[in-house]
Amino acid sequence: MRVALRLVPGLWLALLVAAPLALVFVLAVSWQSNGVPPYDPPWAGQGTNPDNLRLLLEDPYYRASLAQSFVVAALTAGLCLLLAAPMGIAIARAGRWRNALLAAVLLPFWTGFLIRIGAWIGLLRDEGWINAVLRGLGLTQDAIPLLYTHGAMLLGMVYAYLPFAVLPVFAAATRLDPVLEEAAADLGATPGHAFLTVTLPQLFPALAAAFLLVFIPAAGEYVIPELLGPPDATLVGRVLFQEFFQNRDWPVASALALALLALLTGPILLFQRLGRAQ
Amino acid sequence: MTPRLVRVLLWGGLAFLWLPVVLLVGYAFSASSVPFRWGGFSLRWFAALAANDRLLEAAWLSLRVAAGSATLAVLLGGATGWVLARHGAFAGRSLLGTLAGAPLVLPEVVTGLSLLLLFVALEGATGWPAGRGALTVLLAHATLGTAYVAVIVQSRLATRDRDLEEAAQDLGATPAAAFATVTLPLMAPALAAGWLLAFTLSLDDVVLASFTSGPSGTTLPVALFSMLRLGMTPEVNALATLLLAAAALTLGLVGLLLRGRD
Repeated sequence: MRVALRLVPGLWLALLVAAPLALVFVLAVSWQSNGVPPYDPPWAGQGTNPDNLRLLLEDPYYRASLAQSFVVAALTAGLCLLLAAPMGIAIARAGRWRNALLAAVLLPFWTGFLIRIGAWIGLLRDEGWINAVLRGLGLTQDAIPLLYTHGAMLLGMVYAYLPFAVLPVFAAATRLDPVLEEAAADLGATPGHAFLTVTLPQLFPALAAAFLLVFIPAAGEYVIPELLGPPDATLVGRVLFQEFFQNRDWPVASALALALLALLTGPILLFQRLGRAQ
Repeated sequence: MTPRLVRVLLWGGLAFLWLPVVLLVGYAFSASSVPFRWGGFSLRWFAALAANDRLLEAAWLSLRVAAGSATLAVLLGGATGWVLARHGAFAGRSLLGTLAGAPLVLPEVVTGLSLLLLFVALEGATGWPAGRGALTVLLAHATLGTAYVAVIVQSRLATRDRDLEEAAQDLGATPAAAFATVTLPLMAPALAAGWLLAFTLSLDDVVLASFTSGPSGTTLPVALFSMLRLGMTPEVNALATLLLAAAALTLGLVGLLLRGRD
C-alpha cells in the first residue's frame, strides 16, 4: 500500500517531467523534416544530427541571443534587488503594519501578470499617459518614444519580478535578532553604519536567493520582451518561440532550450543550496 | 533604527507597484476610446467587455482549466509532498524530490516546449491525446501546480513532527485512520493554499498554454496576449478592474477566515 502510494506521484512525475525533458535532448539531435510532426528522430535512419548544437556555438545570432538574455536577466535581478532589499527589510520592521504592507506588495499581482504589462503599454505609448504628463508639464513638445525600447522591456521585467524578490528578503529580515543592531549602536555605531555592517551582512544569503529567484526565470522570459521590447531584443525565449512556431524548426528550438538549461544549471544548483541552507 | 533611505525606498517601490494598477482602475471608467485618456465617466467598457464573446469564452475555459488543474495538482502534489515528508528513506526518494522540484526552477519556455514534445510523441505512439486543446493545457498546468503543492505540503509536514500520528496509532488507530484523522487535517491548510496558488498560476500562464493549446484551447491569457500584441484597449482596463475587485474580495474573505480561527 505504501509502495503503491509512492508509485502514483512517481509515475506522474516520470511521465510529465522526466520524459518531456528526455525528449528535448532527443530533439536537439534530431533532423528537421516536412512531415507531421516536423522532425525525424535519430532512430529513423539518419542517425544523430550534430548540426543543431553546433549551430548554437558557431552562429553569432544564437550566441548573441543567449548573451543578451543573461545580461538582461542580471540587470533585471540587480535592479529588483536594489528595491526589494530595502522594501523587504522595512516591511519586516513595520510592526503592526507588517501584514498590510506585505499585502500591498502582493495584491497588484492578482490583477494578472499580462494585464499589468498591458497597463505599461498604455502608459508608455506615444499618446500614452506618461507622454501626456510630460507634455502637460511643458517638458516636451513631441512624444518621446518610450514603448518598444530596451528601457521599456527592462522596466516591465523589474515591475513583474519585484514582488518575488521582496519575499525572501522579508522572510529573512523577520528572523533577524534586533539585539545585534542595538549592541552596535551601544558601541557607538550610527544607525546607517550599524545597518551596513551588522544587518546587511546577515541578510546576504537571502539577497543572493532573491537575486537568483529573479535571474533564473528572467533569463528565459518571452512575454515581456515580446510586448514591451524592441524587435532587436532577441532574447533566447523569443528566439526559441520564433524557431518553433514560425520556422517550425523543432530541433533547433530544442537545442536552444538545452543551451539555456545548461547555462542555468550553475545558478539553479546555487539557488537550491541557498534554499536548503536557510 | 531603520535608516530613512530604506523607508523612502519602501514607499517608492510601493508607488511603482501601484501606479499602473491605480491608473488602470481609474481609467476603466473613462468614456474615451483611447486607454488612459479621460473622456468623462462611463461604464461603456464594462458593457463592451460583457459583449465580447471571444474573451468571455476564453475566460470561461480558463476558469475550468484552472479549477481542474489545481484540483489535480492538489491530489498529486499532496501525495508527493506527503511521501517526501513522511515515508523516510526509500529507494528513489531523492529522484522523486528532484523531479518534483524541477518545474519550479525550469524556465517556462523549456517546460512548455518539453510538454508539447511529449504530447506530440504520445499521440504518435498511442493516438492519445488526439490533438491539443483544453485537456493538454490542463495537464501542463497540473504538472507545474503539482510542483508547488508538493513543496508547500512537504514544508508544512516537516515543521510538524510525527508524534501525533504515532500517538494515534499507539491508541489503536489503523495507519489509514491515523492518516485521515491526524495527517490530513495537518496538511489541510497547505492543500488549500496550494490549490489557490495552482489556480492563480494557471489563470496567469501564457507560455505553457501557447505551446500546449492548439487552436481549440484558447485560454484567457492567450487571448489577451494576442490582443495586447496589437496594443492596449480600454476593455482590458475594465477586465483588470473586475479581476482586482475579485482578488481583493477573496483576500479579504481569507483574512477574515484566518482571523476567526486565531
